[in-house]
Amino acid sequence: MNNLSQRNQAERRFKTYGFLAVLVAITFLFVLLFNIFSTGISAFKASYIGVNINLPAQSERSDINPRKEFKRQVYEMFPQVKTRSDKRNLMSLFSKGAIYEFEELLENSNKEDINGYHWFLAHADVDMYIKGTVERQGNEAGRINPSRMQYVDVLVEQNLIKLQANQYLLHSADSREPELAGIKGAIIGSFYAILIAFIVSFPLGVLSALYMEKIALKNKFSNTIETNINNLAAVPSIVFGLLGLAIFLNFFSLPRSAPLVGGLTLAVMTLPTIVIAARSAIKSVPPSIEEASIGLGASRIQTLLNFTLPLAMPGIMTGTIIGIARALGETAPLLMIGMVAFVVDVPGTPLDPSTALPVQIFLWADSPERAFVERTSAAIMVLLIFLVLLNLLAIYLRNKLEKKW
Amino acid sequence: MTTITYLAIFALAVYSFIINKSRAVSLAKFSNLHSQPYYHGIYSAVFMFLPAITLLILWTSIQNILTNLTIQDYFGDINDPGLVKFYINSVIDYSSGVSTRVIEHSGFLPAVERYSSLTYTNSILKIIVAIGLSVTLLRLSMKTVTVEFKAREYVERLFVMLMKLSSIMAIVVTVGIVLSLLFETLRFFSMINIFDFLFGLQWSPQTAIRADQVASSGSFGAIPVFVGTILISLIAMLVAVPIGLYSAIYLSQYAPYKVRTFAKPIIEILAGIPTVVYGFFAVITVAPFFRDLGDKIAPGALSGESAIIAGTVMGIMIIPFITSLTDDAMNAVPSSLKEGSLAMGATVSETTKQVIIPASFHGIVASFLLAFSRAIGETMIVVMAAGFAANLTLNPFESVTTVTVQIVGLLTGDQEFDSAKTLSAFALAFVLFFLTLILNVIALNMVKKYRELYE
Repeated sequence: MNNLSQRNQAERRFKTYGFLAVLVAITFLFVLLFNIFSTGISAFKASYIGVNINLPAQSERSDINPRKEFKRQVYEMFPQVKTRSDKRNLMSLFSKGAIYEFEELLENSNKEDINGYHWFLAHADVDMYIKGTVERQGNEAGRINPSRMQYVDVLVEQNLIKLQANQYLLHSADSREPELAGIKGAIIGSFYAILIAFIVSFPLGVLSALYMEKIALKNKFSNTIETNINNLAAVPSIVFGLLGLAIFLNFFSLPRSAPLVGGLTLAVMTLPTIVIAARSAIKSVPPSIEEASIGLGASRIQTLLNFTLPLAMPGIMTGTIIGIARALGETAPLLMIGMVAFVVDVPGTPLDPSTALPVQIFLWADSPERAFVERTSAAIMVLLIFLVLLNLLAIYLRNKLEKKW
Repeated sequence: MTTITYLAIFALAVYSFIINKSRAVSLAKFSNLHSQPYYHGIYSAVFMFLPAITLLILWTSIQNILTNLTIQDYFGDINDPGLVKFYINSVIDYSSGVSTRVIEHSGFLPAVERYSSLTYTNSILKIIVAIGLSVTLLRLSMKTVTVEFKAREYVERLFVMLMKLSSIMAIVVTVGIVLSLLFETLRFFSMINIFDFLFGLQWSPQTAIRADQVASSGSFGAIPVFVGTILISLIAMLVAVPIGLYSAIYLSQYAPYKVRTFAKPIIEILAGIPTVVYGFFAVITVAPFFRDLGDKIAPGALSGESAIIAGTVMGIMIIPFITSLTDDAMNAVPSSLKEGSLAMGATVSETTKQVIIPASFHGIVASFLLAFSRAIGETMIVVMAAGFAANLTLNPFESVTTVTVQIVGLLTGDQEFDSAKTLSAFALAFVLFFLTLILNVIALNMVKKYRELYE
């Protein structure tokens, strides 16, 4: 045996290792979150360019072509611009969406005078320069070449570029143009998929948990079901995706890329979680209450539905919400059933092709466009916020409604 | 049209519930019913609803098969079954107004006409029969509202059946997974020799589109894929085991109560973060970090897809699996053992090493196995941060691929479903499924063992 001081030293060392391990694990979490939030926060603002709109009187405005008119307004701000390539360079500072914004402005202001400065969405290249994502090297910055840079410099000097709330990120679906791309389509797709997963897996899970806890005799059959559930909980999520592909798409020929199929696949994946949570919640209902119900003449099923189930419900809901939260962050199974398509429309029904929020993150992370990096982080922020909200709800339910017997 | 039928039947069921319930209520005024009035209502609604809906669904599926067979005759001169299927789908889409594309084939327009008339007469007939059946059953069910009728028992029996069916779903899902994987895997092995797959050293599944192309066969030796998977998972374990084990020891043996209740949930957040987020983190932050580090030592030695990058990030992800389970296992050790050791003069670290860890050994190993099984089944981190090319190497600084990367790569995008290339993904998934299943069964048995020991 070593002497005492050596043993004490070893003791301190061991304790320090343990403390450091906890610290390292927590540091990893904070580095991860800090990274995501620091890159993502800028995506909630976008660069807009001010254009002095100077339209003729209302009476002569009936038949203007918005596209041409917008260009004319922009050219007027730079009288020196004459050649075609100059004009093209100037217009390339604006997003393709700027013309639609101008069109909308015209439509919404039928009777009023709209002359004066209005702000139009800038191209992602300009946006990245303004935010400092790409650094200026001499007369260039990223993809802004010198002939485009001269206009940017003038606009910056005149305070005609400003950052304001990004109107596209949360209100539009995916797009090839980073500045126009948004996550609304993905959020709706995720919502449908999660809704269907809940509708399918919740009743199935609760009913089978009730059966396994209260009705089934302890025999080989119930043992098989139990082992099955426990093992299903550990099956890699991608295998559920293959199940969805083989059964829902190839066998039942449901539509590809639809949230309906995604929801069914996620339901199968969530089912074990719900069953396990529901079983432990049902188990924790004190038998005295059930015996009282039986003693007063209620049938077994009446007891289950009127006493056991309502008393177990907070616990069941907590487990279900945690399962649903996991399904919300799941990507791999959705890749298998084709929810990775590039979809520019917000899905109207669960049968329309769509992506889901985590899949959108994957698609953007894969994109070579650098402007998508901050948008990916922003989409992750939104996803994490949804997950935190769901988990807070679960914690609230557990603390407020769950009774300790 | 069909939706309206379903709605009509549903409305009839609701009506049936209401009317039978009120009949039972009025009956209850004069005598004691065996069952509460609403049981009579539920009984009659189900009595009418189930047969009608079953009839509708059966009719629709049989009708689809029959009409498909009928219009298939119009394309009898085409030999390619895939093309015929496509034409049939075009006919259906055209007649239902989904698309306006006309196929250049003499049989197309007559087929459309035939299809439309068939579906029209069929749906009219279907509605008449379904509604007729519902109304008949409704009238029949009204006769059952009597004093002695045991409606509650029937409803309860039905409910038990529903519960039984739900719990069988777990088995159905497992069987579904096994069958769907097995079926496609067997088709794959009818094209490729199983031993070439399991022991081959060359993985390049790019089969050619045309048969006469050079190197059209593709090779399906999965050893490089398996080795890559295990390499990345081992790197992950190298990161996660020390951190996870030591933090579990700290949390269960040293940490004051307050630190414990605060630190454990925070570590567990790591398990709740979606894996796609880890993948993004690996690409944006960890890969440049390792590349810069590698450039200082040996420039150009490390690519952005090195195994060590995906492995490290995956290691971070599985830390909480090890911490939580190990912590539970250590807490399950009876305090008498720990206190005995401390009373003999051992320090806490000596107690941990010589008493607690041996006593909770089963649980600790189970947590390693579960974490390892999580690592080999993990998809998004490796899809985003590891390579697609299958190199047979054990060097953590080179790019390797994994089973899950291959499955995603082979099955996303447009593929015909019958090529060896797509089917090989199912064979890989089959191996993955069984590997994780075996690891899980062993781990669960170990957990059961330590629970039995101390509880």
